[in-house]
Amino acid sequence: MTRSVRRTRRMLKLAGAGAAALMALSACSSSSDAKKSGSSDASASPKLSGTVTVFAAASLKESFTTLGKEFEHEHPGTEVSFNFGGSDTLAASITGGAPADVFAAASPKTMKIVTDKGDATGAPATFVRNQLEIATLPGNPDEVASLKDLTKSGLKVVLCDKSVPCGAAAQKALDAAELKLTPVSYEQDVKAALNKVQLKEADAAVVYKTDVKAAGGKVEGVEFPESADAVNDYPIALLKDAPNAETAKAFIALVRSAKGQKVLSQAGFLKP
Amino acid sequence: MTTPHPTSPNDTDRHPQRRPQPQPQSEPPGLDAHLIVDRGAFHLDVTLTAGPGDVLALLGPNGAGKTTALRALAGLTPLTAGHLHLDGTPLTDTPPESRPVGVVFQDYLLFPHLSALDNVAFGPRCRGAGRAEARSRAAAWLDRMGLADHAGARPRSLSGGQAQRVALARALATGPRLLLLDEPLAALDARTRLEVRAQLRRHLAAFEAVSVLVTHDPLDAMVLADRLVVIEDGRVVQEGTPADIARHPRTDYIAQLVGLNLYRGQAAGHTVRLDAGPAITTTEVLSGPVFVAFPPSAVTLFRDRPSGASARNLWRCEVAGLETHGDQIRADLTGELPLAADLTTVAAAELDLHPGAPVWATVKATQTHAYPA
Amino acid sequence: MTPLDKPGAATGPRTDRPRRRRAGTGGRRGVPLPLLLPGLLALAFLLLPLLALLVRAPWRSLPDQLTSAEVWQALRLSLVTATAATAVSLVLGVPLAWLLARTEFPGRGLVRALVTLPLVLPPVVGGVALLLALGRNGVIGRWLDSWFGITLPFTTTGVVIAEAFVAMPFLVISVEGTLRAADPRYEEAATTLGASRFTAFRRVTLPLIAPGIAAGAVLAWARALGEFGATITFAGNFPGRTQTMPLAVYLALQNDPEAAIALSLVLLAVSIAVLAGLRDRWMTTTS
Repeated sequence: MTRSVRRTRRMLKLAGAGAAALMALSACSSSSDAKKSGSSDASASPKLSGTVTVFAAASLKESFTTLGKEFEHEHPGTEVSFNFGGSDTLAASITGGAPADVFAAASPKTMKIVTDKGDATGAPATFVRNQLEIATLPGNPDEVASLKDLTKSGLKVVLCDKSVPCGAAAQKALDAAELKLTPVSYEQDVKAALNKVQLKEADAAVVYKTDVKAAGGKVEGVEFPESADAVNDYPIALLKDAPNAETAKAFIALVRSAKGQKVLSQAGFLKP
Repeated sequence: MTTPHPTSPNDTDRHPQRRPQPQPQSEPPGLDAHLIVDRGAFHLDVTLTAGPGDVLALLGPNGAGKTTALRALAGLTPLTAGHLHLDGTPLTDTPPESRPVGVVFQDYLLFPHLSALDNVAFGPRCRGAGRAEARSRAAAWLDRMGLADHAGARPRSLSGGQAQRVALARALATGPRLLLLDEPLAALDARTRLEVRAQLRRHLAAFEAVSVLVTHDPLDAMVLADRLVVIEDGRVVQEGTPADIARHPRTDYIAQLVGLNLYRGQAAGHTVRLDAGPAITTTEVLSGPVFVAFPPSAVTLFRDRPSGASARNLWRCEVAGLETHGDQIRADLTGELPLAADLTTVAAAELDLHPGAPVWATVKATQTHAYPA
Repeated sequence: MTPLDKPGAATGPRTDRPRRRRAGTGGRRGVPLPLLLPGLLALAFLLLPLLALLVRAPWRSLPDQLTSAEVWQALRLSLVTATAATAVSLVLGVPLAWLLARTEFPGRGLVRALVTLPLVLPPVVGGVALLLALGRNGVIGRWLDSWFGITLPFTTTGVVIAEAFVAMPFLVISVEGTLRAADPRYEEAATTLGASRFTAFRRVTLPLIAPGIAAGAVLAWARALGEFGATITFAGNFPGRTQTMPLAVYLALQNDPEAAIALSLVLLAVSIAVLAGLRDRWMTTTS
């Protein structure tokens, strides 16, 4: 008796899961259908193929991976290969001759390294912007409400090093607020800074909105007005020695399209 | 030969800690040891006793357990069962550093980073002497060994004989009641060996407590020791004075060591029916189980059956191997009676001896020696 | 092994000389090509990147780069922490090596494998692991914090811990290898002379394996000096407190590669000076 009840319950559960999967599938196909029709008039006649190699800032990992899948779906026969990393490292590899088609940097400064060497085709375009936010421990136990609160004694704050974009931006915001902040550490990149808060080693960090969003509930974001003075532009450019320029152009178009912007804004980026 | 098994119920040594503590005065001074060590397939069970001033030699083939016995005496290998008393003091469970035992290791194991003097002073230092006192004691020992000039030398720059004496001085400097020597002459070349053996003999004779040395060289054992204990496969197979053992070997190993042909058999009057097959005529009149021994030099070989010779002690053999033995040739024979025979190079050439050659071997009854088994 | 091969068994002082002579002639006479070519290739492979660093070094701006106080601060911190980490590794690592080499206990093979784990662990992961163990919220760190008020991340002590974590395995492996090669019977000989096991270790084994310990210490020191991942992850990056040379180099690389090269050169020059000095003083006299 009990066994049969359990079995039916399990079957119901299975049926439910199946239905959900079906719904998800149909949702997928409908959305990709719409995209296919949208992009087909954008990229007109030549059939795209081959691998497009994209060097992108680490903060773009989640959204660009999603966009890459979209792109491969829209253009069967293409493949998008990513190399995520610190913008500076990526810029160094590109100027060093790494075979890449597209470079998406986390700051105009790092993009400038590439354009100065003449490695980019045309002017880079800003495709998103990122704003700073204070990441605090979940529940904000130290009641951080403003940038000034970070200067409270006893509070362990980590900043990005001034040599990386998020550190430079944080310094700009602090300067604008005429605040002097001595952190316990200048971290080598924004993820490292965020990590210290996630591991509860630091009480707060100044990071990007996108990072706070990506961390889910492990940190709590606190907006502050001075961040408006330190908005970071993300430029994207087609590279001069791109092995697959046509497909690369189409990928840049996708990133800058309404669909691309939607994915990026879901990750916490601001429109340019 | 029966070996007391460690699990035999009548062995009172099974529980040394439960044994009533013997009074030091009531027990005779010297060494009283029953060493039982089980290590995997290897089983050692030997009883050793010796009085002060005695030099005991453990003789045996490689792997017989001599070194294990020595290590057990030093406390470096724990006893599985049995006991060890020295001058009436139980040492069975005493750690090696607390035993009044000195060891001269096979390759001496002089500490290479210390001078000869500091090597010898190491023991006194560890046993509580001050630095200066330890050094002066060490200097006295080196002096006694004739090494006063080499006190500052590192072991690396000492000759083998010198190193051996430093090792002896180091072992003696702690004033041990038991001196253990593991193959004391094995690391030396033949020439040095002769000289060092004589020196060692003097030093051992002067040592007032018990000495136990391990060797596989019968000559070392005979020259240095008062008493030999022959160990094979972890048990004592024969014990006695060097002369006794040389004359009356009881195992093939000992017979080979002392260079005798040895057979076991049943005696009836002058005739011994050998376990190996043929009978042998002896001068002794015995009955029951006996050993018969004769030296290889007592054997005479003939290419053809000697005519006119009595049929007694004449065997048909075949040459299995030949080897030079000093200025002699030793022929290894198989056939009716396996035996070793020594002959001169000239005789070997005249007989045209070569492996596989058939020969007749004979030995005179007067040159055989029979004794009860 | 024949007894004659063992140390201390030399039959005379003469035996040393012919051996040395043989080694000498062997060095000059025909080196087999299958060894020579890969050997030279290996040397080139190891030295070429360093050479490139020298070639591309901003020699003209170098004096300016090197007069900055931050550089000397980072260098001083690097030397101090690497030396402290080596000292920690020696004090704790040599006994561990002895335990691994000279005692029998169940699971010893596993323990030996575990000791080498920090070698294969990416240093950044090592840093995270240290945070999880000794961080303010870590398994042990939380007690250190609440009982003694000690927090290790973001401190110079934290740098030493991170460096020791990564460097100690080199020392342990090196010393353990030397201990295994050393004849344990010297310890036994010392024991029969009345030395306790510890005295035997201190007065006999330790001097015997000194060259191995020195080699291990140098290896550990070099590793600690170049440590980056675990340090920046566990101790963070603050000039004068936790910013060691490798951290300074890495961050300089972000926007001023020339400065990074200059800093690397300083680190290289100092390491070469120290290691060459030690080799002359230590390694040759003992071996």
